[in-house]
Order: sequence, then C-alpha cells, then structure tokens
Amino acid sequence: MSALDRKLLRDLWRLRTQVLAIAMVMAAGVATLVLAIGAYRSLDETRETYYERYRFADVFAQATRAPDWLAAEIAEIPGVAAVETRIVKTAIMDVAAMPEPATAMLVSMPAIGEQVLNRLYMRQGRTPDPERADEVVVNEAFAKAHGFVPGDTFHAIIDGRKRELVIVGTALSPEFIYALGPWDMMPDDRRFAVGWIARKAMESAFDLDGAFSDVSVKLLPGASEAAVIERIDTLLERYGGRGAFGRKDKQSHAFLDAELNQLAAMARVLPPIFLFVAAFLINITLTRLVALEREQIGLMKALGYRSSAIGAHYLKFVAAIAVIGVVIGGIAGTWLGFGLTRLYGGFFHFPFLVFQWGADIYAIAVVVTVGAAMLGGLRAVWSVVRLPPAVAMHAAAPVRYHKLFAGGWLGGLSQTSVMIGRHILRYPVRAGLTMLGVALSGAILVASLFAFDSIEFVTDFTYYRADRQDATLEFTDAQPARILNEVRRLPGVLSAEPMRAVAIKVRHGHLERRVAVVGKPRGPDLSRVLDTQFVPVAMPETGFAPSEALADILGVRVGDIVQVETLEGRKRIVDMPVTAIIQSYLGLLAFMDIDALNRLMRDAPMVTGVNLAMDAGRANDLFAAVKDMPAVGSVALQKKSLEKFKETLAENLAIMVSVYTGLAVVIAFGVVYNAARIQLSERGRELASLRVLGFTRAEVSWILLGELALLTILALPLGWFLGYWVAWIAAQGLQSELYRVPLIVSRQTYATSSLIVLGAAIVSALLVKRRIDRLDLIDVLKTRE
Amino acid sequence: MPQPVFIVEALTKVYRTGDVEVHALRGVDLEIDAGEFLVLLGPSGSGKSTLLNILGGLDHATAGRVLFRDAELTAFSERQLTLYRREHVGFVFQFYNLVPSLTARENVSLVTEIATDPMRPEEALERVGLGARLDHFPAQLSGGEQQRVAIARAIAKRPKVLFCDEPTGALDSKTGVRVLEALVKVNQDLGTTTAVITHNVAIGQIADRVVYFADGQVARVEENATRQVAAAISW
Repeated sequence: MSALDRKLLRDLWRLRTQVLAIAMVMAAGVATLVLAIGAYRSLDETRETYYERYRFADVFAQATRAPDWLAAEIAEIPGVAAVETRIVKTAIMDVAAMPEPATAMLVSMPAIGEQVLNRLYMRQGRTPDPERADEVVVNEAFAKAHGFVPGDTFHAIIDGRKRELVIVGTALSPEFIYALGPWDMMPDDRRFAVGWIARKAMESAFDLDGAFSDVSVKLLPGASEAAVIERIDTLLERYGGRGAFGRKDKQSHAFLDAELNQLAAMARVLPPIFLFVAAFLINITLTRLVALEREQIGLMKALGYRSSAIGAHYLKFVAAIAVIGVVIGGIAGTWLGFGLTRLYGGFFHFPFLVFQWGADIYAIAVVVTVGAAMLGGLRAVWSVVRLPPAVAMHAAAPVRYHKLFAGGWLGGLSQTSVMIGRHILRYPVRAGLTMLGVALSGAILVASLFAFDSIEFVTDFTYYRADRQDATLEFTDAQPARILNEVRRLPGVLSAEPMRAVAIKVRHGHLERRVAVVGKPRGPDLSRVLDTQFVPVAMPETGFAPSEALADILGVRVGDIVQVETLEGRKRIVDMPVTAIIQSYLGLLAFMDIDALNRLMRDAPMVTGVNLAMDAGRANDLFAAVKDMPAVGSVALQKKSLEKFKETLAENLAIMVSVYTGLAVVIAFGVVYNAARIQLSERGRELASLRVLGFTRAEVSWILLGELALLTILALPLGWFLGYWVAWIAAQGLQSELYRVPLIVSRQTYATSSLIVLGAAIVSALLVKRRIDRLDLIDVLKTRE
Repeated sequence: MPQPVFIVEALTKVYRTGDVEVHALRGVDLEIDAGEFLVLLGPSGSGKSTLLNILGGLDHATAGRVLFRDAELTAFSERQLTLYRREHVGFVFQFYNLVPSLTARENVSLVTEIATDPMRPEEALERVGLGARLDHFPAQLSGGEQQRVAIARAIAKRPKVLFCDEPTGALDSKTGVRVLEALVKVNQDLGTTTAVITHNVAIGQIADRVVYFADGQVARVEENATRQVAAAISW
C-alpha cells in the first residue's frame, strides 16, 4: 500500500463521524432509489406476470341483458383475441356472527370448460360444480377475514331469495387484486366478497337464461383499444350497454397504477435531494480538509509528487465516502424494498411475487452516487491541483471580513452576535446551502405528512359534509319510487332520500365521457351535493352538474351546454346547460334533479338506491330487515367504511412517519453536524482564545452553535415553503380520474416537521458542543493556524 | 511595602502522555508583587510557560499551591477559573489570537462587554497608540499593530495581572520594541502586575525582576536596580 493510500485510510478513520454522516445521507439517497425502483419493477413485473398467466382481459363492458349469440359478433371485431361473457351481479350476504349486512359481487363461472379470461388462481378447494346452484368459490381475503374454509356456509340474498351457499374453494383473481366494496375508500374484506358461482345457477337466479350482463375481451397485440371499445358499444347499445372501458378504468388495475406512480415519483424526487445535500457536504468537508493540509500538499509537490497524483488522492477520499454510502444504502434499500414489496403483496392480493432486483439498479446507484460525490469534491480537488508548492508552504492569506453590522443601526448587538452575523455574510453560499439542506429535511417531512391532512380533509368532506347518510341501499334494478315508503317503514330508519343513477354519455364539442349521472331530490339533507366553494347546491329543475374533475375533462364551465345521451332504456339525446360544478375527490360524478332525470328517461318515477339516516340503537333490527328485502343489491355503511379507512390509515401512518422521519433526520443531522464540525475546525483557535479571555463554555458554544441555530430557524419556513411546493407537485402527479388529492397542509404538519428537524439539529449540536467544551486552551497560546 | 499578588509554593506539574511522564515543574517557589513587571527567561521546556498557564488559570497543578490575594487558586473549580480569568487576568499571546471577523474596536469590546468595570474600548486602544485604527479588521493591520490590539483587549477590563507569552516572538526588533513600550506604559499607568515570558535575554532589561528558569525549577532571580526604557533595547 502506498504512503498516500495509508494516509487516506487514516484520514477516513480520523474523520469517521463526519464521513459516516455524509455517507448516511448518500445511503438514504441510494436506499430510496433502490427501494423505489426495485419495488416498482417487482410490482409491475408481478402484475404483468399475473395478468399474463391468468389472462386478465383488456376491455370490459356491462349490459343489462345481452343475448349470448352477441359473443360471437364481439369475437369477430378486428383485434379481438378472445371473448368471455359472464353474469355479474351484486347481492347482500348474511354472514353468521356479523349483524351488519355485507355485499358480494357474484360472478358466473363458464357453463362448459375453464375460464377463458380473468382466470382464478385457486388457493384452496375446487371450482363450483356447473350443475350445483349452492356452490361458491370466494376470494381468499373474505374467507380469511371470517376464518372460512371449504365446507363452511353463509347466506346470500340472491334476487329476493335467501340461499345458503357452500364454500367449495378460495381463490385469487387478477380482476380483484384490489377489491373495493361500494362506497368504501379502503378494502374491507369482512364486508365485501367476490363469489364465483356456476353460470347455470346465476342464469336462473337472475332470470338471464341465454343472456349475459358482463363481457371481457382480450386484444391481439397491436390492436386498437379505442376502436374495439367503439364497436362493442355499438353492439351492446340495444341491450343496455353501459359503455366499454379499458384496463385503466378498471378499479383494481387503476389503484395499482396509482400505487406504482407513487413509487416512480419517490424514485424521481427523493434520491436527487439526498445526493444534492451529500454533494454539498462533501464540498465543504473536502474544502476544509484541503485547507488544513495545505502545507502537506506543498510538501508532497516539493518532494516530486505529481499534481494529478495528489488530486487523485483527494478524489479517492470522496469516492471512499460514496462507496460506503452505496454499500449501506444498497443493503438497506434492498432489505426495505423486499419488505415493501411483500407488504404490497399482502395488501394487494397477488398469488406470488416476482422480485426484480437487477444488477442495473445497483449500477445506476453507484454511478449517480459516485458522480454526485465527485461533483461535490471537484472544486476542492481542482484547487489542490492548481496550488503551486511554494505558495502552499505558506499560510493562507487571512480571511477578509466586511464591515456589515458595524455600530449604528444594530448598535445593541453584542460582539458575539456581530461575529455570528459577519461569519454568515462572509460565507453566504455555505450558509445558504446549509440552510437549504436543513430546509430540504423539513420539506421531505411536509411533503410526506401532508398526505394525512389531505386524507383527513377528504374524509371530512365525504362523510360529514357531502354524504352524511348512515347507509346507502342500492337495488339490483331500478325500482318504482314507492319503494321509498317501504324503506321508510323499516325499523330504525329516521329519514330516507331517493336517488337514481343512470348510465349516460356526456359530450362537449369533440370531448365525451361515459359516466353515471345521479339524480337527487331538490334539497337533500343526507347525501348533499356541494359546489367548489363547499356550498350545498339546490338542483335546478333542469340542468346538469358535473364534478370538477369531469368538468375539467370536458372543458365546461357553468352556463355551457352539454349533450347528454342516455345509455339505458330508450335512447335519448338532449342538450342541457351546466348549472353547477360539483366538488368531489373520488371518481367522475355528475348530478341532476331526480325528477328531471325521470323526465329525461321518459318513465314513471324510479329509484336505484336510497340514502338513509338510522337510529344507531336499532341498527341490528334494520340490518335484519334489509337482509330480507329482495330488491336490495348492496348495502353501504358509511360509518363502517370510515372506521375501516381510519384503521388502515393509522397502521400506515406509523410506518410512513417513522420512515420519513428517519430520512429527514439523516439529512438534518448530516448537515448540521458537518457544518458545526467544519466551523469548529476553522474557528477552534478563535473559540479557545475566547475561553482563555474568560468566556464561559456556554458563551463560546453560542458563537458557533448560535450561528447554526439561526440558520436552522431561518431554514424552517423555507422548509415549509419547499415542502408545500413538493407536496403540490406530488398532488398534481396523483390526480387521476379515480381520485383527486386536495393540497391541504395543516399547521400540525408544519409543526411536526419543524420539531423533528429541530430535534435532529439539537442532537448534532450537542455532540459538537462536547468537543467545544474540550477545546485545548494551552494549545492556542503556542500554535498558529 | 507592596503586597504579593501571587504566592507560589512547591508547585509541581507532571504531564503524562502515554507511558511518558514529563516533569514540567519540579517544586517552584515564587512571590510576585503587586504592580511588579516580571520577565521569565529560560530555554524551551524549562517550565516557564507551564507556570504562567497555572497562574493564568488555564491549567491545574499536580502538587503544591498558588495563592492569588488570599484565595487558593490551585483549589479553584473549572467554573471559578473561568470567572477568575474573566475578572482578573489579561492575556497576550505570541500569535495575537484576534477574532478575524471583528474590527480592532470590536475585538476590545468583546472583552469589555463581559467585564465588570472596564475602560472604554477606544481608551484602551489609545493607550497602545492605536486611536486612529479603531475600525480596521485584523487582516488590515500589521503584526505589531495586531499585537497592540491584543494588549488593548487584555487591559481593557483593568485586570489585576497581565500575562504575556512571547509577545514579541513573531515580530521584528523594531516592531517588538513598540509592543514592549505599550506593555511598560500600561504597567506604569495602571499599575497592572505584568509577567512576560520570553527567550529573548535583552527584554530582561526592562523588568523589575528577571526570573531564570531551567529544568522545571527557578534557577535564579535577578533584580534590576534600574529599569531600561524599552526604546533603548534591541536584538
């Protein structure tokens, strides 16, 4: 080993705490990069593999009642590889030991042979016997939630008749990786099930002999999805087709997409922040090291070492830090990434996980990390290369300060405060970058914790301001309005409001969307419609009220005229004014006055659902009664949804807060500790002199730590600002037709982020203070810098 | 008859670095009178700096004791020593040790701000002949000027004693003389007890007494019948 390399190792050891602090910042960058890319690829690959092996369809459509022979016509559409028709209906379940009703989505299994598309991955048992009407395969999550095994039974109200179903198997399906019940914001496996039943049984139960209500289509490679969708729509139009859609609008797929987008965003946003901070830390540390070793550099040059060899020596120092960072970060990122992928694997229901941790991820990590480190060290190394030996052997020129803060306008300031002020202004770039580093630490926290404020806001909006009903009953088919009286007479019902949902196509110019328009009474009290200012909207007698997201897609404002085409019943095309824009965070919604909607449909007053308020004390009576109501297809319990949502959120909160706190602490600690150590190295003599002059330890510490305290406190609002900005970008990135993320950052989030940053800064300051306390007073009398 | 400011009795100091024991002081006895101008002479490692560090409250003795006007300095805690330096002691270092980010006036203010009965910073600087360079930063001053700022900073709090460790060590003869003149003037005007450490035998001529150190002990003490003015000496 050469003498220079030995020096390198000793330098690394001597500066180990600083080296480690910088390496940890780099490690955090590498870890987030490896974790996010690794988990993204693994999930994406897992999903793709799952879709391919179990033949997840590309296009989906629903109809009221389409004849079986239509399947052959759909198969004829150019670009279609395979077609499978099914009967899909919702039903209420009565599960023993659970008073509240649950909802099942019942899906038919083919009468002959195996499933062509959306195949089941059997976990336990077998598929239902095509001839048996009482056999069912349920999704594994539901079975697990209730401890069901094959052979167990539960009841379902299928088209008005209560039937006992025997579980013959449990399964997973690529169609229900993420299975959300009606009105739920999070999957609740206790109250929502998917049940696969023999086609024959479904046909007779729902009176759909020789007909289907759902069709899935697999496309040939290169086929045009849009063209196929258009043809299917035309074919299904006469049979109550509600508009075909591709994977991106399929709930399970879309939620996974949103999750993958978040991982991709994490890979884009976090690593650059860490690498930027690390580069800055390397820059200040190496600059200081070079300044301290000025004479040694001159000596080596005088001895005949080439400038390039000495430059390379310092670059090796930088590279060594980067390598430590890559190793720690690579291991941590891989470990966390596997953990995260497994976590996803459990949350989303995958039958297997494909881990994709290619060598290229690590290669990318090494290249960007070493690259960032080299960039950070470049200026200092260049100064080494350029330094002529004769100059290097002399002490550096004294630092010139500017006479800011002199007397007068800040006359009351003590000399120690003046020292702090002048030092900051003497090194404004360093002070600025220190501030920016601390601010970024706070920004990471604000930009991650704000998610909870937004979710809190959305739940408050949804459950307490807009949809204030306790429960929503949805009927299997549209019912005459008089059913409302029947519902009002149910035990425990305090009030009930009707609603009617109709599938429509809405157009504005060349833009169009298929949505369900919901008709509500004029001044609803339970399920209210609020405009973008959160003011309840009284539906005018005519007119159309799209949600903000839908209005944006169509490019309409209040007063514009849209064309509405009904997709159910008799086809009608009507021009309507947009009378209000509605606030909504979930899905694409549109509202009308229920009477106007009935007139539009040209039939007697009908309802498809009822929102109701109930007496909590009689809830079980009501549940029992609802379970016996033939027309009810599903029951949504808003409070149960909210509870489940908050429960899931609380679990995630703990994990997320600790991960992001860890990341932020790494930055805050790294920045403050290194800044303090470098200052101590530069000003140790000055501070020790003051101790000799009779300054106490606390007074002397204040000069150094006061400066950092000032920079940290100034950095806090900057962190809020940067955090808000990053949060804004994140919220924009998460906008989809599925949901909108309102940018809400509470004061508590700002306060929490600041407290965490301050905590990290204080701990690093205390570590440095111990060194200040141990300054050698006698040394300063004898030595010069 | 002047009262002694310091009484040093059998003072011993042993440094341990690893396995090596260095006897820096081996039983020093000495009295320093109020208002006296003392020069401590001796080769490197003879113990003069160690004595000064203990008298200045920067270091602890291994054995023996030091009385500072009835108080036992050698029994002081760390906190008491800080207070002692703050109230009673002025230091002048070989390399000035000024705060680079403060001007001459501000460097002096640094000390007057924490002292109980200081003189105005301007007055202190005038006493060392720097009344015209109040607002210069150390980097804008010559070595001699910087050392005079350091003296002004040391005396501004009206200390009882002033310790100078090689105050002219980094200066040429002509500049060094001006610094010595400033020290003598302060000693005469304010009556500050002054102890100067030096290798430079010539400086002994301006003192009341010269204490010669060798091998951690006081080798001999010489009293000058007449003190030379600083301007008269050179090296």
